[in-house]
Amino acid sequence: MSIYQEIILDHYKHPKNFGEIDKPSKSSRAINTVCGDKIFLTAEIKDNKLINIKFSGTGCAIAVASASLLTENIKGMTVADLRKLDQSFILKLLHIELTPNRLKCALLPLEALHKLTT
Amino acid sequence: MLNTKKIKQDFPIFRNLPDLVYLDSTATSLKPQAVINAITDYYTKYTANIHRGIYKISEKATEEYEETRTTVAKYIGADNQDEVIFTRSTTEAINLVAYGLGRQIINKGDEVAITIMEHHSNFVPWQQLAFEVGADLKIIDIDNEGKLDVRDKKGKIDLERIVSRRTKILALTYVSNVLGVINPVKEIVGAARKINPDIIVVVDAAQAAPHMKIDVKDLDCDFLAFSSHKMCGPTGTGVLWGRMPLLKQMFPFNYGGDMIEEVYIDKTVFREPPYKFEAGTPHIAGVIGLKVAINYLQSVGLDAIHDHEQAITKYAMEQLRDSFGDRLTIIGPQNYQDRIGVLAFTFKGCHPHDVAHILDETNIAIRVGFHCAMPLHERLGTHATSRASFYLYNSEQDVDQFITALMRVQKLLT
Repeated sequence: MSIYQEIILDHYKHPKNFGEIDKPSKSSRAINTVCGDKIFLTAEIKDNKLINIKFSGTGCAIAVASASLLTENIKGMTVADLRKLDQSFILKLLHIELTPNRLKCALLPLEALHKLTT
Repeated sequence: MLNTKKIKQDFPIFRNLPDLVYLDSTATSLKPQAVINAITDYYTKYTANIHRGIYKISEKATEEYEETRTTVAKYIGADNQDEVIFTRSTTEAINLVAYGLGRQIINKGDEVAITIMEHHSNFVPWQQLAFEVGADLKIIDIDNEGKLDVRDKKGKIDLERIVSRRTKILALTYVSNVLGVINPVKEIVGAARKINPDIIVVVDAAQAAPHMKIDVKDLDCDFLAFSSHKMCGPTGTGVLWGRMPLLKQMFPFNYGGDMIEEVYIDKTVFREPPYKFEAGTPHIAGVIGLKVAINYLQSVGLDAIHDHEQAITKYAMEQLRDSFGDRLTIIGPQNYQDRIGVLAFTFKGCHPHDVAHILDETNIAIRVGFHCAMPLHERLGTHATSRASFYLYNSEQDVDQFITALMRVQKLLT
């Protein structure tokens, strides 16, 4: 089965939460050294809760879809809960199986998120 | 054009994977049955260490191994087979020069010259050496076409901006693994020697040796390095050719067995080149396989291979332009005659990872990323690129399938 399913392609072509938040309370960046892809996150955190989050940067369909889905699904979570998010959370959102190389692409936004919450 | 149907029969991978469209020979080439047989023969019929056994199969192993040295010397136009050193790879060959000679002759204030299109293996060893000893790293740039920026307005080679009397080493690639461009090495060597007769020129021939005839005497270089696995031979085997006086002057890099004459508590006498540089049991099967690979390439004919690749490259460039116009940008010279069968490209709206992944869904193998040439990508101001490369087994039909798959990529992603 192709990993380029409707949901991935849709989020790639029309990413949610793409852009940057003005005066974010937190920001972070993650880079995939294999291809130079960068994901930049800006977030508004209030009382230990994620109020808003946006992403920008360059990435492949998997990285962009992952960032789009991730940012769409974590608003309202506490910082403690965000820290607990792992690979399985991303893979459930993407709903595809990935080889080790492409897993790096999918996990790039999560890496940026973890940098944001530490 | 070569009869690729017939050639594909020489490569057993096509029996196992009949649908494979392999467009990544620049990374490593496929292996013909003859090479695989040679490796198996060594491991099944005369497995023995070389240079020491007083028994038949060891002598046979030594003979086969040493025959490769002669075959390689002839392949690159060298007169003396003792100037051929077996290494693990091109990378190791270049590092051997950087450690064995570079660190001996380059001092603070000296210069080392390279080019911006070098593979990391011919970039980082010199950069680190320069950092270590306090030498200046000079870098030859490229022009807008992707050719080395070494010509004056009249088209003559002019290295005055880069090479000086202080330039001890000039290291450059014969053919770029990204731009596909063939560099005018002979002219550059001539111009460099005019400025500094003592300059030592190291040529990275990893992408040239598989595709074209090489003559070290004609190039007038001092060292030349290449890898077996990119020219139908086994992995783990590389070659360093060097001029004998320099090899004699050069320090060994690995000390140990097989590279010594005599060892005492207070001194060691090294063997003469090439053995001085081949400590430890080498990749015997790999070296023997390289000989068979060279014989195979010569049986097809280097000129025929080169012509075939030119025809495929011309066809691929035309098809890419016709099918995608300016949505697809081929990196490097736009004239197929100036390059070998390597096409790196960017595809508007389509990330290289996605391109390669979608192509793989129809069994087409291409490379994506920086191709171990980050300084070049930085210089070109481009993100990672996709790269398709052609060799003697690739056909126009492979190119057609490649184009069809790229259309699918475009449809899916844009």
